[in-house]
Amino acid sequence: MTSSPTARLSEMQIAEFGRELDAIREEILATRGDRDAVYIRKVIKTQRGLEAGGRAALFVSMFPPAWVAGTAMLSVAKILENMEIGHNVLHGQWDWMRDPEIHSTTWEWDTVISADAWKHTHNDTHHRWTNVVGKDRDVGYTMMRMSEDQRWEKRHLGQPLYNLLLAPVFDWGIALYDLELDDVRTGAKTAQQMRRQIRSLAKKAAKQSLKDFVVWPLLSGPSALPTLLANVTANVARNIWSHTIIFCGHFPEGVETFTEDQIENETRHEWYLRQLQGSANIEGSPLFHILTGNLSHQIEHHLFPDLPSNRYGEIAPRVRALCEKYGVHYETGSLSRQYGSMWKRLCRLALPPANQGTVDTRPKPVPLAA
Amino acid sequence: MAFLTSPGGGNRRPGLGHRLRSAAISLTTPLLPDDYLGLINPLWSTREGRGRVVEVRRETAQATTLVIRPGSGWTPHQAGQWVRVGVQIDGTWQSRTYSVTSVADGRTGRFSITVKGIDGGRVSPYLAHSTKVGTVLRVDPPQGEFVLAPVMGRALFLTGGSGITPVMGMLRTMVADGRLLDAVHVHSALHRDDVIFGDELRRLAHRFDSYRLHEQHTDRHGLFTLDRLDQICPDWREREVWACGPPALLDAIEKHWADAGRYERLHVERFQPPVFAAPDAEGGTVSFAVTGRDAEAPAGRPILEVGEAAGVAMPSGCRMGICFSCVAPLRSGQVRDLRTGEIHGDEGEIIQTCVSAAAGPCSIDL
Repeated sequence: MTSSPTARLSEMQIAEFGRELDAIREEILATRGDRDAVYIRKVIKTQRGLEAGGRAALFVSMFPPAWVAGTAMLSVAKILENMEIGHNVLHGQWDWMRDPEIHSTTWEWDTVISADAWKHTHNDTHHRWTNVVGKDRDVGYTMMRMSEDQRWEKRHLGQPLYNLLLAPVFDWGIALYDLELDDVRTGAKTAQQMRRQIRSLAKKAAKQSLKDFVVWPLLSGPSALPTLLANVTANVARNIWSHTIIFCGHFPEGVETFTEDQIENETRHEWYLRQLQGSANIEGSPLFHILTGNLSHQIEHHLFPDLPSNRYGEIAPRVRALCEKYGVHYETGSLSRQYGSMWKRLCRLALPPANQGTVDTRPKPVPLAA
Repeated sequence: MAFLTSPGGGNRRPGLGHRLRSAAISLTTPLLPDDYLGLINPLWSTREGRGRVVEVRRETAQATTLVIRPGSGWTPHQAGQWVRVGVQIDGTWQSRTYSVTSVADGRTGRFSITVKGIDGGRVSPYLAHSTKVGTVLRVDPPQGEFVLAPVMGRALFLTGGSGITPVMGMLRTMVADGRLLDAVHVHSALHRDDVIFGDELRRLAHRFDSYRLHEQHTDRHGLFTLDRLDQICPDWREREVWACGPPALLDAIEKHWADAGRYERLHVERFQPPVFAAPDAEGGTVSFAVTGRDAEAPAGRPILEVGEAAGVAMPSGCRMGICFSCVAPLRSGQVRDLRTGEIHGDEGEIIQTCVSAAAGPCSIDL
């Protein structure tokens, strides 16, 4: 990996680059205020309005127009709740408002995995170890090979199919993957800890499923079946959407992965650099950005995970200019380009590398626990 | 519905209201029904105490009375108690405590606080000068031991500046209850126009022979000193005393009554202004309030590490300020953000221990 900027830029240049990024962060902190608070409240109000409206329309979902309108509203509500609200609130992006009702310590979101479990695997593990093979479990979610640094195994041949099947049930995928079942085998987690985790997951999953698949449909009386179908559709739509955005954020071609050796003694400014190289942006309209939870600005989100999401768009051009100045690749493109690129990589890595079993000059790959 | 309350029947069945609420929660999970109600009217949500400002009354050039209508489930106050009031300033909720100045009768469904805007303050000038009718505030239930005696004998009130506020609530309540029987009131303020509730106090003194008011205008007559008590209120030793005002005055009063062997007759209310760290404050003693341990924190050392070294079970995660796993509420004092150098911290503010160092002595809820 001699082309990597970490190797090419001098220590001083990396520090300089880091200080320029620090300055951007401090500037946003200094101007964070009423305008941002108004924004998140408006999004929350819109989301709850859409959810209430969607549920109401589904009461009469035996009429097709009501079904279509209700399903669309509920799908968008779920997407907003998970992406622009839940994910970002749980990152502590809105903690500065000191509003106990919009706070990372109190928020619970509309998905199978509980907020607490998510905060651990996502905020800590994934954001700290972004794209480090063997550390960031989000690289392929332990079942797919997304990096040359992951050793190829026969099961990877099926990964295009796994990924297709994963998308519609992504919320369940995330919740089960979060259990880190492999940790029991390796001894990192006791069986008792695992039981506790499973109980907590079952509790949240039961509440979620009861709401969407039992109580609301039953309440709709004669419209019970269409309502059930609508709720399933909304969950699936949200899942396919979040799966698409998240996979486009780290796995298009051009996004780098790292080995544990590479990040030894990493400084905070080198961490910035890794976040930049390990993330990809998606271009689109302002509405598109909101629906992605501003994860379309994945690079900016990974540099500054705790800045309010509504500000990522405004700093993106500046981050990009900095990258040009220092000759660091800034991976960005349209949704179709990034989505296609992600699939290409996923299919390419499903196949055995030409040189596996022969001489490998790269640092020793770190196998995923499996 | 006798079966709902049948005695001795073991578990009581939950009431209809409770069951309806549980049913509603299963529809809104992971949110609460209140989260939706609160969008229609913030006062309908019972998650947090809220109140709406329904009247704004200018008292003096600096002091303003806010009449607040609290949401459902409000506990009425006792005369002399205070409430914690939160207001959103530039997006951030800030809270302070204020004495309730309105009559304690629990019937009006509203209460008032009177806020004196302190120069250079963050919250009081905003509440006093920028709050409009219709503003929604957070209000916590009334608290405080500075209240009237169940049976009032002869009373002496000693107040200074905004220390008049809890006593005003007491006087108004006593008038409303017909209990203003024998009270002497010594109040200090800078000048006549600076006396909060000045006109009302003077009207009271005029109307009731049983209420004697002595005003000390310090710009002309100097500070009130306790050696004058014998002259203004010769029987002060026999009276139940309520005192509220500047710390120096209260210190002198406590000593005076202790020296006279009458300390048990004295009720003191101290306003505790938020303590801000000096701009160059570095390090200090961190007390971990739950564990009951204190540790010396050197400048620049994250409180997370200080706690771990002291054997406190500290929650932790990324150790670089991004994951919010290590957060804990600050009980007192302030901290320095090690990334930006900024000093911040209010009582109850949730801080990231991995990127915060002590800025002077502070206390953490861990």
